[in-house]
Amino acid sequence: MSLLEVKNLRVEFPTRRGPLLAIDDVSFSIEPGEVLGVVGESGAGKSLTGASIIGLLEPPGEVTAGEIYLEGSRIDHLPYEEMRKIRGKKIGAIFQDPLTSLNPLYTVGRQLIETILVHMDISKDQAKNRAIELLEEVGIPAAAKRIDSYPHEFSGGMRQRVVIALALCANPKLIVADEPTTALDVSIQAQIIALLKGLCKDHQTAVMLITHDMGVIAETADRVAVMYAGRIAEIGDVRDVIKHAKHPYTHGLMGSIPVVGHDIDVLEQIDGSMPRLTEIPKGCAFNPRCPETTDRCFIERPNLMVTESSNMASCWKFDKETAVV
Amino acid sequence: MAENQLGVTRPHDLWNRVLDSDLFYSFTRNPIVVISAIVTLLFFIAAGFAPWLAPHNPFDAASLDLMEASTPPVWLEDGMSKFLLGTDDQGRDILSTIMFGSRVSLIVGFSAVLFSVVVGVSAGLLAGYMGGWIDAMIMRMADVQLAIPAILIALMINGVVAILLPRDMQVDMAIYVLIMAIGVSEWPKYARVTRGSAMVERNKEYVAAARVIGVHPLLIMLRHVLPNVMGPVLVFATLGLALAVITEATLSFLGVGVPPTTPSLGTLIRVGNNYLFSGEWWITLFPCVALVTLVLAVNLLGDWLRDALNPKLR
Amino acid sequence: MIAYVIQRALQAVAVMVVVSLVSFMLFNFVGDPVDNMVGQEASYEERVAMRDNLGLNDPFLVQFARFMGNAAQGEFGISYRIQRPVADLIAERMPATLELVIASAILSVFLGIPMGVYTGIKPNSWLSRTFLVGSLVGVTLPTFVIGILLIYIFAVAWGVLPSFGRGEAVMLGWWSTGLLTASGWKAILMPSVTLALFQMTIILRLVRSEMLEVMRTDFIKFARARGLPDRMINFGHAFKNTLVPVITIVGLNLGSLIAFSIITETVFQWPGMGFLFIQAVGFADIPVMAAYLVLVAVIFVSINLFVDILYFVVDPRLRADKTVAAGN
Repeated sequence: MSLLEVKNLRVEFPTRRGPLLAIDDVSFSIEPGEVLGVVGESGAGKSLTGASIIGLLEPPGEVTAGEIYLEGSRIDHLPYEEMRKIRGKKIGAIFQDPLTSLNPLYTVGRQLIETILVHMDISKDQAKNRAIELLEEVGIPAAAKRIDSYPHEFSGGMRQRVVIALALCANPKLIVADEPTTALDVSIQAQIIALLKGLCKDHQTAVMLITHDMGVIAETADRVAVMYAGRIAEIGDVRDVIKHAKHPYTHGLMGSIPVVGHDIDVLEQIDGSMPRLTEIPKGCAFNPRCPETTDRCFIERPNLMVTESSNMASCWKFDKETAVV
Repeated sequence: MAENQLGVTRPHDLWNRVLDSDLFYSFTRNPIVVISAIVTLLFFIAAGFAPWLAPHNPFDAASLDLMEASTPPVWLEDGMSKFLLGTDDQGRDILSTIMFGSRVSLIVGFSAVLFSVVVGVSAGLLAGYMGGWIDAMIMRMADVQLAIPAILIALMINGVVAILLPRDMQVDMAIYVLIMAIGVSEWPKYARVTRGSAMVERNKEYVAAARVIGVHPLLIMLRHVLPNVMGPVLVFATLGLALAVITEATLSFLGVGVPPTTPSLGTLIRVGNNYLFSGEWWITLFPCVALVTLVLAVNLLGDWLRDALNPKLR
Repeated sequence: MIAYVIQRALQAVAVMVVVSLVSFMLFNFVGDPVDNMVGQEASYEERVAMRDNLGLNDPFLVQFARFMGNAAQGEFGISYRIQRPVADLIAERMPATLELVIASAILSVFLGIPMGVYTGIKPNSWLSRTFLVGSLVGVTLPTFVIGILLIYIFAVAWGVLPSFGRGEAVMLGWWSTGLLTASGWKAILMPSVTLALFQMTIILRLVRSEMLEVMRTDFIKFARARGLPDRMINFGHAFKNTLVPVITIVGLNLGSLIAFSIITETVFQWPGMGFLFIQAVGFADIPVMAAYLVLVAVIFVSINLFVDILYFVVDPRLRADKTVAAGN
C-alpha cells in the first residue's frame, strides 16, 4: 500500500468571473521512504499541491474534487482538529524561507520543546533532551548551548537545519518540503540537501520535494513528477525522466539545462511561456508551445499514459497504449 | 479580445474598463458604501449651494422674528412647517443654519486636507530625492509630530498664531489660521508615503536622463511618483477630510476654532449646548446628527477605498 | 543597550529644548508682559524699572537660560487671568486630570485589547462584527458629541448623573482625590467613559489589524504545519508578536488621552489642567499656556522614552549584540 495516494485532485479559486482552476485532475502516489520530486515553473501548481496535502490550502482556494489517502485512510476534507493531529505527527512540512518560518521572539529550544510535547507524551526534561538530540542530528554544533538562542542569532543555513529538526520532531512518515533550498546560498544548498537526504534515509521518511531546481531533483529524488499549468506532464523514475524525457515539455526542459564541459552555440529554449491560469488553452495546455502537435492536441486534453519506459506522460503521442488514471 | 477556458471576454476601451474594473465592482457590491457616497454627495451639494438651496437665510437679521424663536421641530406640538427642524433662541431656522454651518466646516476641511497633501507630498518628494540630512531632518520632524495627537498640535498652532497677530487681524485671519493649523497637524502621513515612492524612483535612469536634458529631476519625478502614491494619498485624504471636519468642529466647540460669529457645525453645537437643560434639545442635537452623519459617510467611503485599493487583499 | 538608551535620552532632551524655546518666545515676545502685569496707570519710569527688575533687558540667551532654569523648578510666573502663581494652579488641577486620564486608560486598554485580539482571531463571528460596527461609531463620534449625548441622556433626561464638576474631593496630602466619595465616583463615570470610548476603538482597530497581519505570517503557517493546537498558536505565538506594536499603541494612547482630556474636561467642566488651558487660550493667558506646553512636552517625551525602553525588553532582536549576529 502506498504511503500517500492522491487521486484526481482538483483545486479551484472562485473569482467574480467564475472559478479558476489551479490544479486540474492531478494523481500520483508516494511509497514509504521514497523521495518524490515535484518540478515545474512558478505558478504550475506545485506548492498548492503540497498545501492541499497538509490541509493548509489558503482560502478562498478549495479542493473541489478528488481524494487524498494517507496510509489508506482519507485525509482530504477532514475536520480541522483531526487534520491538526496528523500534521506534524504523520506529515511534516518545510517551507522556503527559514527566517520567516521561525517565531523571532521565542528561543529555538522553546519552539522545539513545545512541538515535541504536543505530539509525544513525555516530560519536559525528556523533551528538552530530545530537542538537543535533534539539533545535533541536523548538525548544529554545541547544541546544548544553542538551544537557548533566538532564530536571528543563527545563519541562514543553520536556521533551515533548525526548521528541519522541527519538522522531524515527531518522526513523521512523510515530509512535504516546499522549495527548502531556494532561499539559501548555493554553497549551503548542497549541505542542506545532503542533510535532508541522509535524515530521510535514516528515519525511513518519505519526502515530497517541491522545487524548480532540476539539479536538486537529480541529486536527491527517486522519482519525479513534472507539473505544467496545474497538471502533471510526466512522472517516472528520475533517471528515466531526465535521460529519456517523453513529454515534449520535459524534453524541452532537460534540453535547456546547460551542461558543464559541453560546448553549445545556442541554448535550447522552449518558445513562449506557461499560460496564466485564466488563459489556459483548450485541449492540451502545452499546445501553443509544443513542436509536435496534432489536431487532437487542440481539442482533447490528454491524461497520463504509459510509455515504453517506466515514465508516464500526458501526451497524445503515446495513445497507442491504454490511457491510465 | 482573448477567449480563455472559461469563455470570458474582457473589454478594452476606457469607459468599459472603468465599469469592468475591480474597484467599481467592489463599489457596486457594497450597498453601505453606495449609500455613503450618496449621502456625502448630498452634503456637498447642500453645503455648496446653501445660499441658494437653504429655505431661509439665517444671517439676515432683518428676516428674523423673535416671536418665532425656540420653535420645536415640525413633528412636535408647537412646531411650524416653515421651520422643519425648529429654530434657535434668535429665531434662526435650524435646517438653514446646518446647511450654512456644513458649508463652513467642509470648506475648512477640504482646504486643510489640500494643505496637508501639498505640504506633505512636497516634503516627502524633497526628502526622498535629496536623501542625506535633509531627509533625516524632515523625517525626524514627521516622527516627532506623529507622536503628538493632531488635535493638540492644531490647538497649539491655532492658539499661538492667533495671539501673535495684531488684534484687528485676528478675526479675519482666524479661519485661515485654523485651516493652516489643521493642515499642519496632518502632513506627516502624506510625506511618508511620498518619500517611500520617491526613494524608489530616484535611482531610475530617467532621473539621470532628465538632468542631462536640463530639466530638473524633481519635476520629472513628480510625474512618476504621483501615480504610485495616488492610491494611498486618496485614502488618507478621504479619511483626513473626516478627521479635519471633526477637528474643526471640536476646536470650534471649544471656542478656539472659527470666530464665534461664523457658523460652523462646531459653533452651532456649542451655542446649542447652552439650551440643552432648558429643554430645547433640537438646537444642539440636529447639528450633532448632521456632523456625525457627514463624518460617518466619509469614513465609510475612506475605509472601503482603503480595502479596495489594498493589493494584499485582492 | 546603554547606547540605545542614551541615544533616545539625547533625542528627548533635544525635543525639550525646542519646546522650551517656543514656550519662551511665546512668553517674552507676545504682547508685553509688563503691560499685562502693571496696568494702564503706571508711568514710563515705572515700566522701565519693572523691565529691569524682570530682567527683560538682558541678552536673549541669558533670558532663555533663566527661563529654562525657572521652568525646571516649576516656576512659570503669575497667571494673567487669575493673578495667582501658575505653579499653584497646575498643582491644584493636576490630580483631577490624572485621575480622569488613568480611569480612561484602564477602561480603554482593558476593554480595547481583548476585543481587538478576539476580532483578529475570529474575524467572521457575529460578535466580531458587532465590535467592528461599534468601533466605527466610536471613531466617528467626536468626543464632545459623545459627552453631550451622555449628558443629555443621563443628566437631563434621567437625571441620575451629574453633568459637571468633580463631586466631592478629599485631600490626601497635596493630592485631592475624588475617588473616595460616592459623588466623586458618580462624577467621574461619564467623563471617563467619554474619554475612553474613542481611544478604546482606536486600540481595538489597531490590535485587530496587527493580529490579522501576524496570523498571515510564515511562522504561524509553520506552527500550524507542526500540528500545534489553536490556543497555543493564538495566545502563545500570535499574541506575543503583536505585543510590540501594541505597546506603542498603548503608549501613544496615553498621550492621546491627555490631549483629548482637554475636550472632555471642557464638556463636563471638570476642574483639570485641560480646562485651565482652554480658558487660558481664550484669554491669551500666556504664562499658563507656556507652562502647559512645557508640561505636556515633558509628559510626551517621557512616555515615548518609556515605550522605547519597553520595546527593548520585549523584542530580543533589538537586544542583539551586533558581534554575535556577525559571528555566524
